[in-house]
Amino acid sequence: MHVTVRLFARLRDVAGAAELPRQLPDRATARDAWDAIAREFPALAPYGSAVSCAVNESYARFTTELHDGDEVAFLPPVSGG
Amino acid sequence: MAPRFLITDDPLDPASIAGSVATGGDGAIATFVGLVRDHNLGRRVLWLDYEAYAPLAIKAFEQIANESQGSWPGARLAIHHRTGRLDIGEASVVIVAASAHRGEAFAACRYAIERVKQIAPIWKHEHFEGGDEWIEGATADPADQAARALALERACT
Repeated sequence: MHVTVRLFARLRDVAGAAELPRQLPDRATARDAWDAIAREFPALAPYGSAVSCAVNESYARFTTELHDGDEVAFLPPVSGG
Repeated sequence: MAPRFLITDDPLDPASIAGSVATGGDGAIATFVGLVRDHNLGRRVLWLDYEAYAPLAIKAFEQIANESQGSWPGARLAIHHRTGRLDIGEASVVIVAASAHRGEAFAACRYAIERVKQIAPIWKHEHFEGGDEWIEGATADPADQAARALALERACT
């Protein structure tokens, strides 16, 4: 299936891209999507334990199963205000 | 009328934001304005660049307002956050809580800024003398009840 991975702030800078269209196996989870891009961009891997994720513009758990056409976003620790 | 929840590159106007929630039944408006300050961690800050995941940020603001409604049913919130480059002294966030009475307005306003810092998908990129750095605070988890309890405690003391 086809998903769009979105990266923000430091994660985007580390990967050098804000959007990464990727193919994933059916029934892949948000965790699988993170693992795939962390393999592709090893400099992202150390952030894994502090990252949040969102699927289709809603916060989600890493165990969330993705579907074809989904947008999965990975968010570094936030610092608004 | 301004929307109650907004992410914008434009300067924030607390008065017009207050106008989005105030009604004739309100006896109190508590407004929090967060400003860009010229120092952080011992560094001289030059400016900040704010980035947001806007659609998710709006949902986070709506969740914060719903949580607030549960604790202070008489208070209504507006939350606006700015993005892009902000210079020293500019407002980065404005939170307005309107209520019949001051107690609920103050508490809801304080609760909202604590929760914005915990769960709103917004990031500041600090440009200081000698370099720049992404500032990273809390790992956002809207379901984290311990974080929510901390915000409630801060709102009520």
